[in-house]
Amino acid sequence: MDAIVGFFSVALLTATLRSAAPLVFAAMGGLLSERSGVTNIALEGLMLLGAFAAAAGAWFTGNALLGLLVGVLAGMLGAVVFGLWAIGLRADQIVAGTAINLLGLGLTAFLVQRIWNQAGGSPSVARLPSFEVGGSTLNVLVPLAFLAVPVVHWVLFKTTGGLRLMAAGESPRAAESVGIDVPRYRYAAVLASGLLAGLGGAYLSIGDLSQFTTNMTAGRGFIALAAVIFGNWTPLGTLGAALLFGFAQALRFQVQALNWPIPQDLLIALPYLVTLLAVTGLVRNSQPPAGLGKHATSD
Amino acid sequence: MAPAGPPAIEMLGIVKRFPGVVANDGITFVVEPGEIHALLGENGAGKSTLMNVLFGLYHPDEGEIRVAGRPVRFHGPRDAVDAGLGMVHQHFMLIPRFTVAENVVLGSEGTGVRLDRAAAARRVGELAERYGLRVDPTATVGDLPVGVQQRVEILRALYQGGRTLILDEPTALLTPQEVEDLYAILNRLREGGSTIVFITHKLREVAAVSDRVTVIRRGRTIGTRQTSETTADELAELMVGREVNLRVERPPATPGEPVLTAEGLEVTGTRGEAALRGLSLAVRRGEIVGICGVEGNGQAELVETIAGLRRPERGRVTLAGREVTGQNPEAIRQVGLAYIPEDRHGRGLVLPFSLTENVLLGNVDHPPFSHGGRIDYPATAALTERLMAAFDVRAPSAATPAAALSGGNQQKLICARELHREPELVLAVQPTRGLDVGAIEFVHKQLVAERDKGRGVLLVSFDLDEILDLSDRILVIFGGRIVGEFASGGVSRTELGLLMGGKDKTGETGEGVGVDEHVRVA
Repeated sequence: MDAIVGFFSVALLTATLRSAAPLVFAAMGGLLSERSGVTNIALEGLMLLGAFAAAAGAWFTGNALLGLLVGVLAGMLGAVVFGLWAIGLRADQIVAGTAINLLGLGLTAFLVQRIWNQAGGSPSVARLPSFEVGGSTLNVLVPLAFLAVPVVHWVLFKTTGGLRLMAAGESPRAAESVGIDVPRYRYAAVLASGLLAGLGGAYLSIGDLSQFTTNMTAGRGFIALAAVIFGNWTPLGTLGAALLFGFAQALRFQVQALNWPIPQDLLIALPYLVTLLAVTGLVRNSQPPAGLGKHATSD
Repeated sequence: MAPAGPPAIEMLGIVKRFPGVVANDGITFVVEPGEIHALLGENGAGKSTLMNVLFGLYHPDEGEIRVAGRPVRFHGPRDAVDAGLGMVHQHFMLIPRFTVAENVVLGSEGTGVRLDRAAAARRVGELAERYGLRVDPTATVGDLPVGVQQRVEILRALYQGGRTLILDEPTALLTPQEVEDLYAILNRLREGGSTIVFITHKLREVAAVSDRVTVIRRGRTIGTRQTSETTADELAELMVGREVNLRVERPPATPGEPVLTAEGLEVTGTRGEAALRGLSLAVRRGEIVGICGVEGNGQAELVETIAGLRRPERGRVTLAGREVTGQNPEAIRQVGLAYIPEDRHGRGLVLPFSLTENVLLGNVDHPPFSHGGRIDYPATAALTERLMAAFDVRAPSAATPAAALSGGNQQKLICARELHREPELVLAVQPTRGLDVGAIEFVHKQLVAERDKGRGVLLVSFDLDEILDLSDRILVIFGGRIVGEFASGGVSRTELGLLMGGKDKTGETGEGVGVDEHVRVA
């Protein structure tokens, strides 16, 4: 009994928030992009670029906030490249996204080698400030991540820009027929997703840790995309899904801390298993934007 | 109807060339304010190109456009809208997941970042009221019947300040009752001062709704007439360029024993809904049975079940006396099914394949097409050439890709492939959709010829005229059941329309069972 009470502790709650926060950032970005009609599997690469650039920025300047700025800019730069391909040049969005992901992985590993002359990661760098809640520390990006949810909700559902963005995602042709510049809204959404994925990446390297390690996102961009799908393309649903996946990650640390006899490998795989189950089993009734992946018709 | 002021639209000498084609070859089209002006022409005559030129989607190579007397040069639909033109598209430019009000105000939301949905709904509601367009501004568009969705399109054109409305084939998807409602709406709009351009290829609609009509053919203006001073025959001749027989030659049928029966079919649709709910029907040798109904009442599922593309939950299908329920399409074809699918490009043909390869489809395992797994290309090519001659498929050679053919020639190729195998039953779904008058005549003649050879023909069409012209017996499908059965000539359009809309004069819900009783007796 004590074990169970001890299990559902404040520590588990804060661990969940900590694990979910980067997912929430990236997922909010993915949500905006998907709602505008652009399938954004580039989230993973954008996060990784953000994570690396934030660490590098912090290392060069010695200032974590400047590092954060560099990380966000790197995410947005990656998004611009992705947007030029996937929107401007009308490339296949999946192929363009895959290219960004490979670029993110290769470029960051290469630059780690060049800058720090070592493989595997950066040295220790300046870290973002954090605060304490019930004995656990949370960094300043955690509340920002959860603040992003109502902001995205407001933009999508309460503004004319949001209506137009969703129109571009539902039916680019219909949107164009009433004079909406579909590519413009899609660029804006993809750029926002770069910003948010950059924040998510920076969170990993200079928020949660104080170091960049190679491929430190470890599929979080894809899990964020799964959260969008599982959340049925709504901000609140996506938040719920991100919290669920975050909880699955947090469980690992909690179970380890309590020394429960559960195989380590299973625990590591748990977030991915939960994601897989969520996406295969429970999304039958989900409704993606009808124009997802469809290019605008105007030249 | 004296013209008040300059013409609403003047398109003078419009030329639009595409590589290899002159789509508009000097078209002149003048619409007076306050009239309903029909633009009549066959598919491919250049109507759509002309409207795309008008809305700034294409830039004309030559010619001048004036709106309300002023020369204009539009760079996109938004410019045309700002000049007071409103388009009601054939395939609605609506977003199903948005509400009526959201769809109407989209792109014209007004100033400010915030979207005031309540105010938008109020404005849209007031506008709807003013023009008598009954529609709930807060309803989700995807939940509305097609006729109401069209009202939303009209409402949007009005909301955007459209004084001249252009309706592109507006009746294509409507039930007869919805068509009547549309006519009434158009007349009200005209009384309210709007000008209306009504694009169509149906003569009946010209007569029913327009004040004047302009006929175009092969990219040229053939003439403009007062509707009251012309006849359907004259218009048909202007439209096609030769005298046409609008009526299908069809001697009385001499039906034999049933060749296709379906009993108590229950079929689940793609989205898990009950698409067929105990549907029964029978087609006899030597008769054409037409199934009419509004799209989405189970026609697609019925066709797929007969063709073996969908497995019924309950019920059975027999073809030529053999049970074929749930068998695969190949087996059913071997029993004797010829299938002319609705979707020429998706299901009928493989477009990049040559005509020969397309003739092979569905036949590839059988002589003379192959022997022991080896395809006999010379024999198939020779057969293809014979079929092309017999079915008047106009193409440079049998090696031409199917994509290079016109819609009419593609459909003739499908007919040739399906009918040469001497089937027991011909299942024809929307066989003339998008074809020109010549090809329509040809396909209709083929279906009648099959009937006269003693084969059963099951015709599924959303075009009520086609059903009425061809069918010896008419079945009405609604909600996954047959809700009415009539002998040819024994029913009015109005009566069919009511049944198609799910209304019964007796107020009873139609049942499939019992409907085919007299078939069994016969």
